[in-house]
This record gives sequence, C-alpha cells and structure tokens, in this order.
Amino acid sequence: MEWETVIGLEVHVSLSTKSKLFSGSSTEFGAAPNTQANIFDCALPGTLPVFNEGALRMAVRFGVAIGAEIGKRSVFDRKNYFYPDLPKGYQVTQLDFPTVGKGALTVTLSDGSEKVIGVTRAHIEENAGKSLHEEFHGMSGIDLNRAGEPLLEIVSEPEITSAEEAVAYLKKLHTIIRYLDISDAIMAQGSMRCDVNVSIRPVGDTELGTRTEIKNINSFRFVEKAIISEVQRQQEILEDGGRIIQETRRYNADKDETTSMRSKEVANDYRYFPEPDLLPVVIDDEYIAAVKAQLPELPDARRSRFAEEYALSEYDAGVLVSSRELAEYYEIVASQSGDAKLAANWVSQDLLGLLNKNNWELADSPIQAERLAMLITRIKDNTISGKIAKTVFETMLEDESDVDTIIENKGLKQVTDSGEIEKFVDEVISNNPDQVQQYKDGKQQVIGFLVGQCMQLSKGKANPAQVNELLREKMQ
Amino acid sequence: MINSTVAEISAALQAGDISSVEITQAYLNRIAKLNGELNAFITVCEESALEQAAAADAARSAGNTSPLLGIPIAHKDIFCTKDILTTCGSRMLHNFISPYNATVVERFNEAGTVLLGKTNMDEFAMGSSNETSFFGDVKNPWNTECVPGGSSGGSAAAVAADLCAMATGTDTGGSIRQPAAFCGITGFKPSYGRVSRWGMIAFASSLDQAGPITKSAEDAAIILNAMAGLDEKDSTSIDRPAEEFTASLNQPLKGLRIGVPKQHFAQGLSTEIEKAVRDALAEYKKLGATIKEVDLTNSHLSVSAYYVVAPAEASANLSRFDGVRYGYRCEDPVDLEDMYKRTRSEGFGEEVKRRIMIGTYALSAGYYDAYYRKAQKIRRLIKDDFDRAFAEVDVIIGPTSPHTAFKLGSKSDPVSMYLEDIYTIAVNLAGLPAASIPVGMANGMPMGMQIIGAYFDEAKILNVAHQFQQHTDWHKQKPGPIASSDEEA
Repeated sequence: MEWETVIGLEVHVSLSTKSKLFSGSSTEFGAAPNTQANIFDCALPGTLPVFNEGALRMAVRFGVAIGAEIGKRSVFDRKNYFYPDLPKGYQVTQLDFPTVGKGALTVTLSDGSEKVIGVTRAHIEENAGKSLHEEFHGMSGIDLNRAGEPLLEIVSEPEITSAEEAVAYLKKLHTIIRYLDISDAIMAQGSMRCDVNVSIRPVGDTELGTRTEIKNINSFRFVEKAIISEVQRQQEILEDGGRIIQETRRYNADKDETTSMRSKEVANDYRYFPEPDLLPVVIDDEYIAAVKAQLPELPDARRSRFAEEYALSEYDAGVLVSSRELAEYYEIVASQSGDAKLAANWVSQDLLGLLNKNNWELADSPIQAERLAMLITRIKDNTISGKIAKTVFETMLEDESDVDTIIENKGLKQVTDSGEIEKFVDEVISNNPDQVQQYKDGKQQVIGFLVGQCMQLSKGKANPAQVNELLREKMQ
Repeated sequence: MINSTVAEISAALQAGDISSVEITQAYLNRIAKLNGELNAFITVCEESALEQAAAADAARSAGNTSPLLGIPIAHKDIFCTKDILTTCGSRMLHNFISPYNATVVERFNEAGTVLLGKTNMDEFAMGSSNETSFFGDVKNPWNTECVPGGSSGGSAAAVAADLCAMATGTDTGGSIRQPAAFCGITGFKPSYGRVSRWGMIAFASSLDQAGPITKSAEDAAIILNAMAGLDEKDSTSIDRPAEEFTASLNQPLKGLRIGVPKQHFAQGLSTEIEKAVRDALAEYKKLGATIKEVDLTNSHLSVSAYYVVAPAEASANLSRFDGVRYGYRCEDPVDLEDMYKRTRSEGFGEEVKRRIMIGTYALSAGYYDAYYRKAQKIRRLIKDDFDRAFAEVDVIIGPTSPHTAFKLGSKSDPVSMYLEDIYTIAVNLAGLPAASIPVGMANGMPMGMQIIGAYFDEAKILNVAHQFQQHTDWHKQKPGPIASSDEEA
C-alpha cells in the first residue's frame, strides 16, 4: 500500500524580552537557580500578573512578517494542571483569541520547488520552571528562573508531508525569527523547541490517521530523523494490521527511534478559562502599522534584491540570505571589495565551508567581513592570484594580522615585474622544447601547460595573465 | 475614646487631647480583655503597634497632619503583611509569614496608621458566618451565641466591639456588607477596580474587592481616600482621577432618586427588616428624595451564577497551595502525588474543598458551556438590569440580609448558607459599589440596609449613607453585653 505522511509542527520560541511575561524578573540565561524568581514567579499568595508589552510587540512583529491576521483583541486563559515547576498550578496562555492568527511561510525544497505551508496561529504563553532530579538525594529540586519567561507557540497547519518539508519549514521559521530579532532561537539551548505531530494514511484518503506527538526535539537533524523513524514505525504497525495509539513520544537519538512517553487517552483536562487577573489586550491598526513599519528586510525580499542588485543566481542569493548575520556579512564583503560575484563565491564556498567544517557560528569565525573584503580586493588588484588567496585565507585563520601584512610577511605578493616574469618564461621555454614546438605547430591549448609550469616555478606568485601574454609573444 | 469614630479620634489626636500611644494602648487593653471571648483577631501585634504609635506621635510633633496618622487599624488576615503571619483563615497558611505588603497595607502604612493585628475570617473568605476559619469561630459582640457574619467577621466584630477604630475587609459576594449588617456597623464595598488587589489573597479574582469596615459612613469615606487608587501591580485596577470621597458627604439629598428593587422585598425577608428599611426610605423622603420601584429581573439567578463563577476562579486561584514552596505540607509524603493529595486534603477545610470541587467540575470538559459560559451570560444580564435601573435612579436601597445574625452552628446545609448573600451577590457580579449601614434593631440584634450605587459612584453612596446617619443614630448603638465603658478609654 502507498502511504502519505501528514505532519503538523508546534514550535515554541523564547521571546527575547529583558523581563518575564508577567513580572519584572530578568530573563538572562544561565543565572544560579532561583535567583531570577521574584514573589510573583514563586506564586506567593496575593501576587498578580502585569503583562509585558514587549512580548506583544514581538508576537505582532512575527505575525506581520508572515502576513498573518493579527488578533486585535487577544485574551489570556488559564491552563490548569499540577506540577512542581508550575508554581501557580496553571499556565497562562491564549486559547481562543491568540495574538497571531492565520498566516503562511514559503519554503524552498531541495529540488528547487517552492511550497507554501500554512501557520494556523501563534500565541503568547508563559514558560514553566525546571525540575532538577539529580543531586538531591532522591528529592527533586525546582528552579523557577525560567518560570514565566515569554514563549511564542507557533502552530503549523497539518500540511507538511515529509521530513524534508518539516526541516525546510523549521529552518525558514528560524531564519525569519532571527531576522526579526525576537528570539535567539537556539535549539540546543531550548530557546526554540519543536513538537512534531505525525500521522500517515493511505494515499487518496481524506481522513487523517491517528497521530502521535513527538515532544521536545532539539535539533533540525533530529526532527528529520525522528519523523523518518516514526513514519516507518507507524507504517509497520498499520501494515501488520495494528492500530496507532494517540500518544506522546520522545525521540531517542542514540537508538534513532521514538518511544512512548504517556498516553493522551488519559490526558489531563486542562479546564481552560479566561484569566481574570488580566484584561484582554486590545490593539488598533495604528499599532500594527507601527510594528510593520519597523520590520527589517525579510529573507525572501532580500534574496530577490541580492539576485538583482548583485547579479547572483536565485540559489546563491538564497544561500547568502539564509541567516541575517550571513547576509549582512556578505553585503559588507561585496561593497568593500567592489566585486559582488567574487564576494558571493568566497562567502558561500570558502567561508561557509570553513564554518561547517569547524561547526562554527558566523560569530565564531576568525575572518571578519572586512578582512575577507580586503583579501578579495587584493585578488582584484592583482596583488595576489586567486590561488594564492586560498593560502592567505588559511593563514588568516591563525594570524590576526591584516591581509597585506600576511601577504608581505609570507612573500606571497604576485610578481608583476615583467623582468622577473621574463626569467620564468625563458626558463620554461628552454626546458620544454617539445611543447613549444607543438604550440608553434598550432596546438594552442599547450599554452595552459606552459603557463602552469611558469606558475610552479614562481611558486604561484607570477601574474598568470602576464605570463600568458609573454609566453605567446616569445613563441611567435 | 475607643468607642469614637476615626473622624473624632483624628480630631483629638490633632488637638493633642490624646496621643497615638495612649489610644493604641487602650485598644490593646480592650483586645486583651475581649479577644478571648470574641476571637476576632488571629494575630495581635502589640509590640510593633506601640512602636508605630510612638513613631506617629513623633511624626505629628514634626508637623505631619495626615488624617489617619496614629489611628489604630486592624487588617483582615487576607492582606499580606510583611514579616507578620498572614493565614487567610486557613491551616494551609497557618505558618505563612509574608515577605511583602499588600498595596492596601502599604497605603495605610504611608498614611501613618497603627496596625493592631490581623482579624479572623472565613477560610479563604469562603463563608457567610466566620465558622469556616481554621482559627475558630468569631462571636458576634451583640450576642456571643450568634455569628458575626462572614467572611470579614473578625473585622466586623472588632469594629463593633471597639477593639479597633477601623478595619479592612474584602467582599466577594457580600463579605463586608453582611457582617457589617450582623454587627451593626458600616461596611463599604467599592467598585471593582477601585482598590488594588495586589497582596490580597485571591478567592475569586473577578469579584474580590477590598473596602473599609467602620463606625460611620464618614469614616468609610476618610478611609477610602487612603485605600483607593490605581496600582500598576494590579492590571484590573482602574485609572481614575483621585477623588475626595469626603467632599460630597454633606450634599443635601433633595431630588435624590432612590430605586427600590421589588425582588429584594420578596418572600424570605424578615418583617422587622422590611419595616426598618421602609422606615429608612420614609426618612429619605423627608430629606427630599423620591422613591421608585426598580426591576432587577434577573436577580434570582445571581446566587446560582455566583456559585459557578466564584468557585471556578477559586479552583485555579487555590492551586498554588500545593506544599511545594510555602505553607502547609503533609508529613512524610511518599511521592509527589501523595504530597499534593494529602497536603491539600489536610490543609484545606471542608467548605474550601467543596468550592474547589464545584469550580473544578464547572470548568471540566463537556460542562464548561453549561456552567461557566452560562454563568458569565447571566452575569451580563444582571449588569444590564442594574444599568437600566441606574438610568432612572441615583442609588438602589434594600435590605443587606434577609434576617439578623443567626446562631452559631445553626446552618449546617451549605445551600442555606449560600442564600445568606442573596441581596449582596448581584452587586459583585456587576462590579458595583455598595454599602451596608445600620438601620434598626430587632430582638437586640442590629439590622443592615444596603445602598448600591452606579459604577464608580462611591461618593454618592457615602453621601446618602452619611445623611441618613446625620438624622438617625442606629450607627451609634453599641452591643450591650460588652459595651465599652468610659474608664477604658
């Protein structure tokens, strides 16, 4: 039987407000346990929430960026359940009236095709604290630093049909959020988390199959692997005549499989009701327009501009805008070097290659945009050849000196003195009489070999164009 | 002096006839003598009260003329008071020392009042007789076999028995007005949003409101001046320009339009109370008011709607009492679930548990629409009734309670207890201000009259109440058995 996969993603993003959603406590990452939990965060009796407008602005910013409907009246609700890291015994969230309504993301797939994936909604809610089960001799410790931090939960439509699409959607979401500067969105640190709802059905069926939810996956790669493994598991069960149990599962990366966490069939009744301690949040068109006016250039628009302004292919432009930092880096290199095409090659190949190889973020790169621009400038003004430039690039990783100093110190400067070059050319002509004869007999392509010999002799420093010209002259 | 009003004590302090230390000591003596019998206070702050009084006297010498400076007050034990036990009448918080002050407490501190102690109350303000307190029943000073009303019964009894000059209370469904009526004093519930709820332990967030419990309407106005106002820590507190609630107390009542809801004079109302309120209306007529019957069509639904909304909110508000961070925790829990179950089973009393269960049920999947949503609709209908009425009248007057204080232990059926608040609950559902003032005596027990105003029309209610008290002396009646004698002052 042919199966098709239906995936919906729930992505939690920590909004990077300075203080918590309903209290003045700091949200700084990494503080000692419970040092960022005030009397409200500890849910002392009599304390009340005060809404942080910064979180609203960030949510609206996200909403307008994905062309979503913006809720002009959003209402907070209490979601009731008991857990030690949930101090009030309820989580404040938005049930029926979220701040962000229907929107969409366009993702580009590996075959170059584009797909529009719907976003159902995005709502603001508060994070829970952390339970720590180690180091307490059989007891549990509670850290409330994280309790009450603002989250944006972004819910996709069940329109994703493969692991590849899921990852493309997540990456696009990640890129947009980073462009908007509303979250660090670092999966490894938990500032972006993903729950995946997966079901399969026979191709052609219109009804959805029973879904499972895979909770808290913390990397793009694991999302991909978890989906592949969960689809496989469901398919095997159904093909053996079994049925899928609606449940929450977790992905075990070591074994590359999903395992059951708890059954949703005995799920909590969360008894949602409107939070009476908070008024509905009402915004007008003016508010939305003001947020919109402050939007930065977003990845899709920037890609088109790069393609046009710098005469790049859509693909190259797409690579360069994949993160806000990379795009900004590229623009510095392109403008300072004055060669957008060369800059694109160096950034998307050499620089990204370097980052990937070392598993670095752009910020970790020892080669700043200004230095790379200078390197390209020196290629353009014939101080060094493209090939020598690779050597300089390698050197730049360990040597923080400026590009010219490195070229000077290593003696890599291209030889453009025609007297010097003539010596190389003469030597090559006298050492390779056969090839010279072939050239003279009309075998033009031999020139490449001879130029190569000259370059070798000069240790790559001779200007290849000059070598070429002089060789032709001498062999006339 | 201890039987005087705040206005009188304030004048005496200002004139130098008495010091804050003297009047504070007099109240402390009175508390020492009577609290054993009345059980109005859970905590008495003798030492700090005398320190505050001395500081107030010093401040007065230095030129401070704040009207409440040096006047002893008692706070209902629902208000968080820094470094002082704050129990909310519950075993759950029997050991809870608050690390912060409620905004209301803070405002009184700024006004220079002297905190005598924390008053007894129904557990988490759930009750109409003060019998649900973990710290024991409060006795009615007029007859110690009777209840003082609830939930602010400790504050009401304390004011009535002259254990303090004034007290704070909270009112979710009648918890200031009904005990004020039972104890023969003045109780005032402001509009929802008028007084900050920060630091006031929540029962039902959309209904709770703090207010003064006093010996006169004038005192209520003076005290409300200190209590009211926007607080950025409470998102539901309302930004209104500062008002002097005392400014219009003496405005003549000529032309005042009084609405009388026929539903508040229906079956179940004692004939004595009906007569007393009708006599009061006749008095108002003499003062130039006109009387008009108004129709609060949906008022018969108010108790039912209230007992969905209030428990629903309470069921979530009380979830934080889980034994994890503060308050009561059961002995030797075997695991998390055991700790939750036993902590909450042992820490809460019967009535609180009943309401948590009612509220939990009302919010459950499949019942939400039938209960919670419907109750919210009724709430809107009730508000509409009042809006219609206030288009035609300035205040609405009726009885506070259908009868006088009942005997301790006489109401064992929860529903009959819930019906105690039949005239007061609709006011909370609509968020309106209302007062209860003494309107007469029946068989040695005081009776109360309720004056309801339009949203944010506190000043009008206080004016109407004050004028009545200028022409009658029901508010000056003192409980016979334990009436204060002059030598104590």
